[in-house]
Amino acid sequence: MGGAGRLLALLALLAAAVFSPAAANPIGDAERGATLFQRQCSACHRIGPDAVNRVGPQLNGLYGRRAGAVEGFSYSKSMARMGSDGLTWTLETLDAYVENPKALVSGTRMAYKGLKDAGQRADLLAFLRDYSDRPRDIPEAEPTARKTLPDLAPEILAIEGDAEYGAYLSSECSTCHQRDGSDQGIPSITQWPAEDFVIAMHAYKEKLRPHPVMQMMAGRLSNEEIAALAAYFATLEE
Amino acid sequence: MLNRRIFIGTAAAATVALSAPRVLAQTKPRVVVIGGGAGGATVARYLAKDAAGALEVTLIEPNATYYTCFFSNLYLGGFREFDSLAHGYDAIAAGGVTVVQDMAAGVDPAARTVTLAGGGVLPYDRLVISPGIDFVDGSVPGWSLEAAEIMPHAYKAGPQTQLLKAQIEAMPQGGLFCMVAPPNPYRCPPGPYERVSMVAHMLTQMNPTAKILVLDPKDKYSKQALFEEGWQKHYSGMVEWIGPDMGGNVVEVRPESMEVLIDGEAQKVDVCNVIPGQMAGAIAAAAGVTDATGWAPVDPATMQAKADPNIWVLGDASAQGDMPKSAFSANSQAKVAAMAIRAELTGSKQFPAKYSNTCWSLIAPEDGVKVGASYEPTPEKIASVESFISQTGEDAALRKATYEESLGWYEGITADMFG
Repeated sequence: MGGAGRLLALLALLAAAVFSPAAANPIGDAERGATLFQRQCSACHRIGPDAVNRVGPQLNGLYGRRAGAVEGFSYSKSMARMGSDGLTWTLETLDAYVENPKALVSGTRMAYKGLKDAGQRADLLAFLRDYSDRPRDIPEAEPTARKTLPDLAPEILAIEGDAEYGAYLSSECSTCHQRDGSDQGIPSITQWPAEDFVIAMHAYKEKLRPHPVMQMMAGRLSNEEIAALAAYFATLEE
Repeated sequence: MLNRRIFIGTAAAATVALSAPRVLAQTKPRVVVIGGGAGGATVARYLAKDAAGALEVTLIEPNATYYTCFFSNLYLGGFREFDSLAHGYDAIAAGGVTVVQDMAAGVDPAARTVTLAGGGVLPYDRLVISPGIDFVDGSVPGWSLEAAEIMPHAYKAGPQTQLLKAQIEAMPQGGLFCMVAPPNPYRCPPGPYERVSMVAHMLTQMNPTAKILVLDPKDKYSKQALFEEGWQKHYSGMVEWIGPDMGGNVVEVRPESMEVLIDGEAQKVDVCNVIPGQMAGAIAAAAGVTDATGWAPVDPATMQAKADPNIWVLGDASAQGDMPKSAFSANSQAKVAAMAIRAELTGSKQFPAKYSNTCWSLIAPEDGVKVGASYEPTPEKIASVESFISQTGEDAALRKATYEESLGWYEGITADMFG
């Protein structure tokens, strides 16, 4: 990547920084979800303190739970098999299951035709999420929001920016990668050639490189942000 | 206004007495930071570095030497020297921060001043409170701060950590080590269980017939499957964990007789590590930014206290949503806070908040695991959007690499905090 490309990329990300909202998307509206739950689910499912199994299993701690895993509940063979095959309830799998139960678990006993409206599903999933583990206490708990990636409009690329954003982004790297180039246990990224940096970060982003921390870090960076970081670290003095 | 001017004059005098005089210091916006840990040291250092002289940054920290709570378990396990946890503030001071070695005794949000235990008064335009934790009175019946000399908490690194290690080393052969684990939320979710691993490692070397009893008010905890697998593999039969269904939530201690009552039943113990329920460091409540939970709610996009727009709260003391209370979290939050404070005071650009955390734990020699996540602000809270965790059954090479990575992280974050 040449200097002009880097400059353009830097301008692009600065524009994004100024114009895109810095907020992840909440899953949905938990209060509307509570109403939906009451109308559509509560005939068979209980949730909250002292919830017990009824026609369907109780739904506390649903996120992160293996399918077919509530003690004392008799599941269909199909659901039990999905559980032993590794199906775990996450935002994605629950969304698919609530949309069309039989599409995900062919022989499920849940006699529910599905909820087609994505917004309503999001509300319901937000309500259910409130009764699962909190990441604050158990960091490996399931996400509580959907991530947003920076959304760049081409017409704002021309806005004048400065180099501050690259430096700000780099502060997330320097928690582990030392700016002075020390490389005990964690490799140095100081003065890494920009092209190599960009290729490596995209390989993490695509999960071709295996490291989970780096997959996560790279995964939420836009192409422009990666380019800016590359430019920043390539010229950083030890 | 007259009062304000007097305060300013007093503080300027106090600052000059403690540091090199600064020309026209009183004309720059003033940021005062309370607490020199992962949140406070980082925010002070980044503010001074990035503002390049445009801000007057003062860091208040009572200790000349800071001992990191993170990695203090590795000292307990014999993997690190105590001195390796020590860090000073010279490089932060050299970076343009006025370091005041004193205790913040009070905050006057209306006058925008911090009163020091030593008597000084520091005015601020923006205040950052990063005091870590204090313990909730009465959380464990029979235990008090005075009793910590007999039954240490060792959950703020320093003499308490050394006391606990000495007690473990002095245990009689075949003795019983008891941990009273804390209720949620608390500093470092995997910390108590890494500590159990480290104590088990030490006992396996020097007191192999000793036992470890963990009394826990929680029905599950961070990295549970990984710890349970590790305890079975490395310390088979040594660790007994008692959850709330077996009385782990109804615990009383008797320091004078070294007894623990589990649901009323007395158990004699040789060492008792009581990690009580926690709340924001007391200065946060004194500043009026905490709520009924004992923690300080903050704006997810900036870490600004919801109760006072001139005050930021970082790290363990804050109630922000999904981020665990960890040094990594505090360090991550500090960078967002520094960027937001600088934007307010100097007009520099405000960028989107990005937060992250990773917690490494050591289970046994070269058997390291980790859990981590990325976070973004939503209107309600800082929300987790993606996470990962080490898997059970990983091979030894991966676990060794994870441990070595944690050593690299320690060097990295302490360099990031202290320069």
